[in-house]
Formats: sequence, C-alpha cells, structure tokens
Amino acid sequence: MDEQLKSELRRQGVVATSLQELYNWGRKSSIWPLNFGLACCAIEMIATTMARYDLARFGAEVFRPSPRQADLMIVAGTVTKKMAPQVVRLYNQMAEPKYVISMGACAISGGPFKQGYNVLKGIDRYIPVDVFIPGCPPRPEALLDAFLMLQRKIDEQQLTGPARPRHLQAEQPSEFSVPQYSEHDLVPTRNDAVWHAPLVNISNAGTNESGRD
Amino acid sequence: MNLEEIKSQIEANVPGCSLEIIPNASPSGQHSLLVDPEHALTVGSFLRDGASPRFDYCSNVTGVDWPLKETTAKQKTKKIVDGVEKEVEEAVKTSTGDYLEVVYHLFSLEDRQGPLVLRMRTGDRAERVHLPSLTPVWRSAEFQEREVYDLFGIVFDGHPDLRRLLMWEEFTDHPMRKDYVDPDDYEYEPTAHDEVLKRTQAHYAAQETPSGAEEAR
Repeated sequence: MDEQLKSELRRQGVVATSLQELYNWGRKSSIWPLNFGLACCAIEMIATTMARYDLARFGAEVFRPSPRQADLMIVAGTVTKKMAPQVVRLYNQMAEPKYVISMGACAISGGPFKQGYNVLKGIDRYIPVDVFIPGCPPRPEALLDAFLMLQRKIDEQQLTGPARPRHLQAEQPSEFSVPQYSEHDLVPTRNDAVWHAPLVNISNAGTNESGRD
Repeated sequence: MNLEEIKSQIEANVPGCSLEIIPNASPSGQHSLLVDPEHALTVGSFLRDGASPRFDYCSNVTGVDWPLKETTAKQKTKKIVDGVEKEVEEAVKTSTGDYLEVVYHLFSLEDRQGPLVLRMRTGDRAERVHLPSLTPVWRSAEFQEREVYDLFGIVFDGHPDLRRLLMWEEFTDHPMRKDYVDPDDYEYEPTAHDEVLKRTQAHYAAQETPSGAEEAR
C-alpha cells in the first residue's frame, strides 16, 4: 500500500495496515531479554532497565530468568572460555525468533583480554549476532540505541519471500554447536558456519614507519 | 614486629625446622621467611596459636614461577701459573631458579600487625611440585591454594578439595607459568603489532603449509 495514501487515510481516522506490519509491530514492541550478565557491562545493562534510562519505554522491561521465555540475549560482558559453552547452550534453549546483542568490547572481540588465555575472542564465533555495541562498557544510551536498531531490523523483516528471517525458514538452523572443553582450548575454536575471519592484510603491518602510510 | 624475633621464636618452638630470611632490597623492605616444606604445617600452627603476636589471619596466597636461569659471570682470581702469580679471568656459571614458590601473607588481627610473608619452594618445576597445604591451619587459604594449583601447578598435599578453580577440569596447562604457550587463535588481529603481529604472521605461515598447520594447536 502506498505510504502517502496510508498517512492520508490515518488523518481521516482510517487505519490501514498489513498483517506483516502488525506482526512485526507486535514482536518489536515486546522483546523480552534474557536475564543474565557476565561482567561489568551487566551493570550498565541493569542501569538501562532502571528508572533513569527506562528500557520499559520500548517494551523490553520484562527480563526473563528462563531462556524458554526470552527473545533477546544481551551478551553483556567478558565471555570466558569456561563460560562460552553455557552461553551457546542458553542461546540454543531460546525459542525462535531470537536475537543477540553483543554488548561491549569483550563480547565483540575479547576486548582488553583479547590476547589472554582464558577469554573468548568474540561471542560471534559461536552464535549469530544481530547488533554489536562497542564501548568499555557502553553507556546505557548505547544499549538503547542498539535496542532501537534491533527494533528497526525486526520492523523491516519480510514474512514471505527468499529474504524472510531465519525463524521462518525451516531449513535454517536454530541451534548451534556447543563447543567442548579440551586440554588446551575450546574445541572447535569457532563455528565455521557462523564466523569467518575477516580479511586482514597483515603483510604491511609493522613495516611502515610511524607517521607514514 | 621483627622478622628475626619471629624466626628465633619459631626455631625455639619447632625443633628441626630450617628457616631462612629472604631479604627484599626494595624501599618497602618487606622481607620474607622461607620455610622448609616438612615443617610448614607445624610452623603454621605455631604461628597461629603459639607465637606472639598470633598470626590468626591469612589474607593472601599466591604463587611465583622461577624458571631455571643460568648466568655466567667473569671472576678474577689469582692463580699460580708457571710459578708466577697471575690474575686469571674465569667464567663462573651460576644457576638460580628452577622451582615454584608459594607465598602466604599473614596478619595478626589481634595485635594489628603484619604482614608476615611466608614462602615455600618446590623441588623443581616438573615432578617434585608437592607442598603441604596450609588450609588446615588457615581456612581462608582453601580457594587461593586451589587457584595456585590451577595456574601454577603446585600440588598441595592435605588440601580438602584440590580441584581447578578458574579453568575447566579438562584443562591440562598451567597458564601462569613462564613457559606456558597460549593457543594459536590469531586468525583475526585487526590492529596487530609487536608480539601479536609475530604470532599472527606465524599463524598464517602455518596455515599455508599443511605440515605446519598440524603442529600449530
């Protein structure tokens, strides 16, 4: 339906909508996050839900203590290798449609602990992530921004056609393999179906003089 | 609180124990007491119950890794060569380290004194890594001794529940040891420099040759 006609009709007191819009509006306005935090980012996440920043304005005030009742996983903080299998398992236990916000430098890449022996270099190595928020930790405004970004993403999803989201495609996986503990590291170190190392040309790194390109 | 006094107190009350004061050259001058593992438990009980002041609180347990360090220093010695006394330079090899160390910080809450720093050393870094646990004396040492076991690989005999604390149970390495090699997951380093750059280049070099990829874990 033509957007101009729709707004014209709305001014006259007639609301015209599509099932898709109604469906997406309902979903994006009641995203229930999973109630768990991993590190200091969780403090900012808690602050976001409190009166000053008030995540409830966007319909996400109900933090569920069970993955079965949650739509959104906010990976708030450092994912240690010891914790990573549990995070993936919680994600697997969530019902579709489900979304992931990777909050903070640690959840994105390992952050300041990237070269450590015990920190996972980004949760996107094991589960698909919808929104990344950089920051150490990100301010509550940044989490709200990520949340609005996720709402826009849900709003734009097509219910039919080849571009429809994962939960409407029967052949797409909704569970991802849980890494196993082993003698030196997690096995596998990444899920190749989810994550590929971005192309980085390291051949020139370290050779150029400082201040020159 | 004088460390010499405490040392003589212990020596008078725990027969047969050998103690050594390890000086700290830094301005803090926090000298420590090296205890032999055989008598550590008796020394600990005495410090808690019989010494004056009584050290009733163990605030911190940590480990130190001392890898084998060999130094050659040139020493001038006088020798008689062909009947004539000459000064001859000789290279003298000295080796230090090759042991793991556990450090206890003790306080006396009763007399507001401390810290008293106790140290114990293992026989070497591979086989003889057993030390007596002081958890029976100070309960607060329990988790910290587990952490030292986890990260340094010191086995505490007499510990009630010696399991890994931070890493998972299947893990076999001891990450705080100097010779620990962390896993080769350097496939994505967007701002690599220095050591990280070397590791990243080594990672990609190992990827290109299949035999090298097997070696890299």
